[in-house]
This record gives sequence, structure tokens and C-alpha cells, in this order.
Amino acid sequence: MTRYSRYWTAFRTIFTKELLRFTRIWLQTILPPVITTVLYYIIFGNLIGSRIGEMDGFRYIDFIVPGLILMAVITNSYSNVVSSFFSSKFQRHVEELIISPVPNWVILGGYVAGGVARGVMVGIAVTAVSLFFTDIQVQSYGWTLTVFTLTAILFSLAGFINAVYANSFDDISIIPTFVLTPLTYLGGVFYSINMLPQIWQQISLANPILYMVNAFRYGLLGVSDIHMGVALGIVILFIIALTGFSLYLLNRGIGIKS
Amino acid sequence: MNALDIRDLRKVYKNGFEALKGIDVSVAEGDFFALLGPNGAGKSTAIGIISSLVNKSSGRVEVFGHDLDRDPEGVKSCIGLVPQEFNFNMWEPIGEIVVNQAGFYGIPRKEAWQRAEESLRQLDLWDKRLQMSRTLSGGMKRRLMIARALVHRPKLLILDEPTAGVDIEIRRSMWEFMSELNRQGTTIILTTHYLEEAESLCRNIAIINQGRIVEHSRMDQLLHQLHTETFVLNLRDRITELPRLQGFELKRLDEQRVEVAVSSGQSINQLFEQLSSQGLGVTSLRNKQNRLEQLFMNMVESARNGAPQ
Repeated sequence: MTRYSRYWTAFRTIFTKELLRFTRIWLQTILPPVITTVLYYIIFGNLIGSRIGEMDGFRYIDFIVPGLILMAVITNSYSNVVSSFFSSKFQRHVEELIISPVPNWVILGGYVAGGVARGVMVGIAVTAVSLFFTDIQVQSYGWTLTVFTLTAILFSLAGFINAVYANSFDDISIIPTFVLTPLTYLGGVFYSINMLPQIWQQISLANPILYMVNAFRYGLLGVSDIHMGVALGIVILFIIALTGFSLYLLNRGIGIKS
Repeated sequence: MNALDIRDLRKVYKNGFEALKGIDVSVAEGDFFALLGPNGAGKSTAIGIISSLVNKSSGRVEVFGHDLDRDPEGVKSCIGLVPQEFNFNMWEPIGEIVVNQAGFYGIPRKEAWQRAEESLRQLDLWDKRLQMSRTLSGGMKRRLMIARALVHRPKLLILDEPTAGVDIEIRRSMWEFMSELNRQGTTIILTTHYLEEAESLCRNIAIINQGRIVEHSRMDQLLHQLHTETFVLNLRDRITELPRLQGFELKRLDEQRVEVAVSSGQSINQLFEQLSSQGLGVTSLRNKQNRLEQLFMNMVESARNGAPQ
């Protein structure tokens, strides 16, 4: 057995474990975001949206579809990793991994792949529901899938870092509640930043989620407030930075070793 | 090659507490080794460092020739750890816990299930493989951790209080199991608070106290150091006053029980002869304290009083 085949087996084990974990409790993990999105479509899309009219040349309900799908991806990839890794620290079964000959990059890869899997599954479910309310035509499958996957990777990494620093269950809900949700809502999910006064447009550009929502909207609808090269560059830059930081934390044993 | 070589190992925690003050320990391949010490002595820190759960401050650790700094994966591949606290996922089925552990060591799933079956059968848990781990009793949870530690067939098994909180019947079956593993060639390091367990199972011993090794020797040599043993004698008849014996001092516990200290130069036959000559029959006797326990307490107390070891 070569070293890399051992690593591959270890990666698959962590990934399968993660997959089984969230699919076993699908009522808590897959179904709720689908119900929430249906409510968004009914209330914001149909009831209120019909009075708003068009945005960037699209019906309001069509305009919010990309943002709602991506919001589900962001929330679920993040919460999958943060809750799973923190729970492994809390119950101390993270020690099973620490004592095993698994390199830290394989551990990180396994957890991130688990987060991406949940993000993708929920994203697909939410997209399927969207088809009942809208009739959008995908403009670029390449952009759509790239942004979809990169966003899930980025927020899985962010969830991992949150879990490493978390010492209590409160610590894993503070970031999603006070940082992630406001940034997502202010990231152009429900509006175009062109509607905002100049100063707020400038401030909005500091929000990384704005770039992802716009890049995803470009893939689905073909419109974006942001240049696509900039959006993609920023997402990749964040992924590199968060990967490096996560590996640094694991190598130093921060939050998991004494 | 030794199974374990520790040189000048030190650990200072962030709060400034010096848990290990430069310890040296060697464990030969195939040994059954006891690492004993009172609570807070540094045993768990030492085990944590060997198994990569704790970062060392300085010093060297080698496991079967693999250096922990240069080849941590080599070290980890050789070790199986049964920790003191339960550290498995309470919401996962027993079979999956063991199979996943094998997967972390790079064992493919099909082979992992075969090995898990072997380990779980050895520890009488195979029938419960589909049960959630939280539903097991305390003794079964301990056995699950042993099965999990054995699934990758480690050359060095570290057992940190493996029999804590289990009833005597299970404890004895676990002793037999551990002895059999050792006979088959697995090197075992055992920490325990049941000193009779260490005395009956282990061939070599290190005692750690306040972050320092205060004894590192063969078990039989260590027990030989014990100059006095105290016995409790159950007498056939009731006594109203203590008999006077030459060379032995008796202490009355109740009407039919006395306690006597026998030094290494004395023979227990002399004691019985003197008692018989005074018409006192002994129906049974037992050690007041386990021999190792007595030595252990002497050492810990000497260290506490600052006496040289």
C-alpha cells in the first residue's frame, strides 16, 4: 500500500463519515433550507415581487433566484463543517484523527469535501424548487458550476476555522448570526447595488459575498454588478488564504491539542 | 530496538505548569510495562505526547526507531491508544467507529470490515455492531475503545486506565485478553490505579511523580525492595489480650483478627510456630495492602516529604 493510496482511503473515510452524518439527519439538514426558500419565493417573489416590477431587466422573482440558491449553499456548507468539527472536538473523537497517520491537509480536505457535498445537495434541491416558481434559462453552465463549487469550498473553510476556535456551542452560532447572515443579506441577494447611493455602493464592495452572488447571477442570468474577473479572483484569493490559515491552525494544533 | 525511547522529555503548559520535568523512559519490544503515578503526576501528559495529542516543549520521543519530530506518521502507525476518557462519537454505530478508525490508517473499507469483525468478536461486541455507541454499558464502551485501538494491529498498545469503572469479572477477562495480546508480541504500556493489576501483568515499571521518574526498574526487583509486609491473620479462637511474640509485634484489630508486620529477614513459619506454641490457631491470612501499593505509597510520600529517592 503506497503512502498516497493510504491518504486516499483516509480522505474517503472522512468524507463518507461526513456524508452519512448529514444525510442520516436529512430532516434537520436538507429539508429546512428548501422550505425557507419556498417561503422566500412565495412572499418576496410572488406577493411582494409582483409589485416591485423588474430589476436589471428581469422579473423580481427571477432576479432573486441566484442569490437565494447561493445563500442556501453558503449557510449549509458553513454550518456542516462548523457543527461537525466542533462536535468532534466537544465529544473528543477528533482524537481518532489526531492519533492516526493522516496528514493535516487530508483531514482538512475531508471536512471541506463534506461541507461542499451538503452545500451542493442543498443547492440542487433549492434549484429544483426554483423551477416551480421561475423559468430561468442558464446563461453559462461553466460559470454557474464554478462559482457554486468555489463558494461551497470557501464557506466550508470558514466553518472549519470557526470550529477550531470555538469552545462552546454559543461560539459556533455567533459568526453565522452576527456576521454571515448580515453579509449575505447585504450581498445583493435581494437587490442590485446600483440601486444604492454611491457611498453604500463603495461600502458594499468590501463584502466578499457580493462578488459571489453577482458571479453566480452572471452564470444564471447573464447580468452582474461586478466584473467577472475581479469576482473570481477575490473568491480564489479567499480560498487560498483560508486554506493556508486552516492548515496553520491544524499544524500548530490550535484548538485541538494542549 | 526499543519499542519506546523517551529522552529528557519536558512539557510546560501555557499557564506555566511544568507537567514533565525531563523524563527518560525506555520500553523494550515485547514488554508489558507499567507507568504508574498519582493523579496529576504527568502520566497522561507523557501518553498524550507519545500519541501526538499533546505538543511537547522539548526532548525526544522514538517509537520503534521512528522519531516523533522527523517521522510522526511512522510513530502514529505503530501506536494503538486506549485513552482514559471515552472519546468516540456517541451518535455513531459501533461497527462504523471501528471501521472508520481503520480507514484513517489507510485500510480499505472491505478489509477494514474484516478487521473490525475480528477485533469486535475478540471483545464480544460483534453482535452489537449496528447499535449506537451511546447505548453501551461502561464496560462495553471500554472494550469498544480497545477494539478500535487494535483494528490497525499496532505494535505498541497504550492502555490508559483501561479497567477503570468496570466490574471485577470484566476486569479479569480484560487482563486475560491483554496478557494474550502481549504473548502474541504486542508491546503494552499500562497505566492504572489498580496496583494489583500492574503487579500481576507487568514485567517492568516506571513510577512518575510530580513530573519526574522516581523509579524505573524490573517489577520483581522493585518488589524485592519492600522490607516489610503487613499481614492480617484471622484467628480460630477469640482473644482477650494480645499474645507476646519474640521478634513480631502484633496489633489487635478485633477479637479474632490481628495484624502483624513481617520484615524481609523473618520467616512467616516462625510466626506460626510461636502462635501455635501459645495455642493460637490461624484459619486464614491476607496481605493488608498490595505489595506494589505499599511501595508506591512509600515512594510518593518520600517525594512529598522531599526525601531523596
